Amino acid sequence: MKHMVIDGISCEFENERNVLEVARKHHIDIPNLCYCESLSIYGGCRLCVVENERGAVEAACSMQPKDGLVIKTNTARLRKHRQMILELLLAGHRAECTTCEKSGKCKLQTYARRYNVTNIRFANEYCKLPIDDSSPAIVRDPSKCILCGKCVRMCSEVQNIHAVDFAERGIETYISCGFDNKLADTKCVGCGQCAAVCPTGAIVVKNEVSKLWTAIYDSTKKVAVQVAPAVRVGIGEEFGLPASQPVMGKIVTALKMLGADYVFDTSLTADLTIMEESAEFMNKLKTGAKLPMFTSCCPGWIKHVENMHPHLMPQVSTCGSPMEMFGAILRQHYTDDELYSVAIMPCTAKKAEAARPELVKDGERLIDLVLTTQELAKMIKEAGIDFADLPDTEPDDPFAEYTGAGVIFGVTGGVTEAVIRHVLGTVTTEQIASVAECGVRGLEGIKAFEVKAGDLTLKIAVASGLGNADKLIEKIESGEEFFHFVEIMACPGGCIGGGGQPEACFEQKQLRNQGMFIADEDCTLRSSEQNTALDGVYNLLRGRAHELLHVHYPDHGHE
Amino acid sequence: MVKVDFGFIDSVLQKYDCDKTRVIAIMQEIQNEYKFLPKDALKYVAEKVDESEAELYGVATFYENFSMNEKGKYIIKVCNGTACHVRKSDDVQEAIYAATGLTPEDHISSDGLFTIERVACLGACSLAPVCTVNGVVHASMTPEKAHALIQELREAESHED
Repeated sequence: MKHMVIDGISCEFENERNVLEVARKHHIDIPNLCYCESLSIYGGCRLCVVENERGAVEAACSMQPKDGLVIKTNTARLRKHRQMILELLLAGHRAECTTCEKSGKCKLQTYARRYNVTNIRFANEYCKLPIDDSSPAIVRDPSKCILCGKCVRMCSEVQNIHAVDFAERGIETYISCGFDNKLADTKCVGCGQCAAVCPTGAIVVKNEVSKLWTAIYDSTKKVAVQVAPAVRVGIGEEFGLPASQPVMGKIVTALKMLGADYVFDTSLTADLTIMEESAEFMNKLKTGAKLPMFTSCCPGWIKHVENMHPHLMPQVSTCGSPMEMFGAILRQHYTDDELYSVAIMPCTAKKAEAARPELVKDGERLIDLVLTTQELAKMIKEAGIDFADLPDTEPDDPFAEYTGAGVIFGVTGGVTEAVIRHVLGTVTTEQIASVAECGVRGLEGIKAFEVKAGDLTLKIAVASGLGNADKLIEKIESGEEFFHFVEIMACPGGCIGGGGQPEACFEQKQLRNQGMFIADEDCTLRSSEQNTALDGVYNLLRGRAHELLHVHYPDHGHE
Repeated sequence: MVKVDFGFIDSVLQKYDCDKTRVIAIMQEIQNEYKFLPKDALKYVAEKVDESEAELYGVATFYENFSMNEKGKYIIKVCNGTACHVRKSDDVQEAIYAATGLTPEDHISSDGLFTIERVACLGACSLAPVCTVNGVVHASMTPEKAHALIQELREAESHED
């Protein structure tokens, strides 16, 4: 084992990429603005500077850990450097902290306070380019950008979309969508991962909290809220609860306190998706249709197929997303009320999905409003609710029932595991434990494995992150690999790491992953076909089930 | 508006095998043809070399030598190097702006004839102050000579019509 000394503490290290990661492992927090564990090293902000024994100053993010290295992270010189860097950054930043969307979570704000920057000696000159709110999911404000380049790296390295890049140079540099494009003109899928890594308020999720308040205060409307599976493991972090603790019961209570008339768990329609998608898959297997079949619940992925792989659309399942399905069911059930249908999602792309023409049925939008986990947390805080202390409430009848298979939709591999459970008819804890061993679980970007179903060996792949999806598709199209079934989620780790969730590092995502399976194990029913509420749902849809539960995007072609 | 000849762009792309690592050379050839990088041409290149528009725009705007703005038929470069500056190149420049009706913010005159660029040194200090019109050097300029030069170019143009 190799050692280095950081601030007088002996720190062991193995394969860490740089000194910053070694320090982090040993709970020494070196400030940084342009660094992200899942992205390449940029070394642009220089805030992570450290000093060695000879007094040389280097950026910890681009410094190789060496055996016997001795560094300090907090010296008079470093403090002066950091203060100067922050002062210069603030001089080029439109600081409107009291009204800024990011306030309280802004790293620039946090560091300015932490390093006691009280006076900015330079003139405040920021980028005057207009705010870009063309995307239904994301708002870009160049006046707050500090050019850390995280959004550029996230969009190209992880998501392989390249919607944004640096333009011009020197003092003129800004982040651009190319030419005079707005975000909506690019290949952006609205995944929100750029907003998740942006250290300031330069890229934020579109805040639509006021729309829900208006609907709640409107006594003529009945507000029905569905809550996606992954929300239960993200929101607790906003209130000091551990990431691994599922808090669905508290969410229902909180929503009722906010004034929602009905609250449901989208896990029910996740179960429904499994029934529909499995049937579609078995049918494709039987009829010899072109395989693999791709999953369809992720709107970022759907948009990516439309943008980059339209020829694959016929292989994408026609099942609507669980959100879409629940929207359709609620419109059929609450025919007497003026229903305002809301979905709380871990996802920014869902905002765009809800606005799609395919999600308008009988002349009405299935989902009126999508709010992200972050936005719900804001509302709970605004209402002064002590979330951590809330008792649990069950979702409303007749759509209260859900199984563990529906819950795990929130994590990469979850949809696939639920399909396997259903197809193999696994219901007991032991059977499910053996399914879990097949390679479907874990946060790896690409997972490939085989499952025996009767005398058939199913080849399955699961990818999360669109860059990984593209890699997988390349292998499939080149004939290097063959799969029967492929699950794709646009966000790394699946919905638990969605752009609408509170910002999370990899360790936190692992805890959320655990939380998903804790919630799964808490369910008495673990496989979708056991959900008895589904009979009621099929009865309700009376012959319109296929029409209402399936979505044909333009590239699907005609059946 | 310049009309982009996509046949020409295709021939350039073919020459460089649509290789994204050679976009700078591709852009240079396009700029040689049009004197600037037409937006439609760049978007077309982005599609063909399988690179995003944002990335290509980043390359095109990073280098001072690439221009995204349409240029006039006559590109007048006015030197403001040290030698030219001390011999009153500012007056020459002002005269050229006045004669062409351009302002420092304009990229091209409304008749499409002139573009004025202020450059650091043209390497002809012994002839200061100098300017070039499409690469041809005009030595020992004065405001009077500048007015006459623009007049001459305009007349040449009206004879052509």
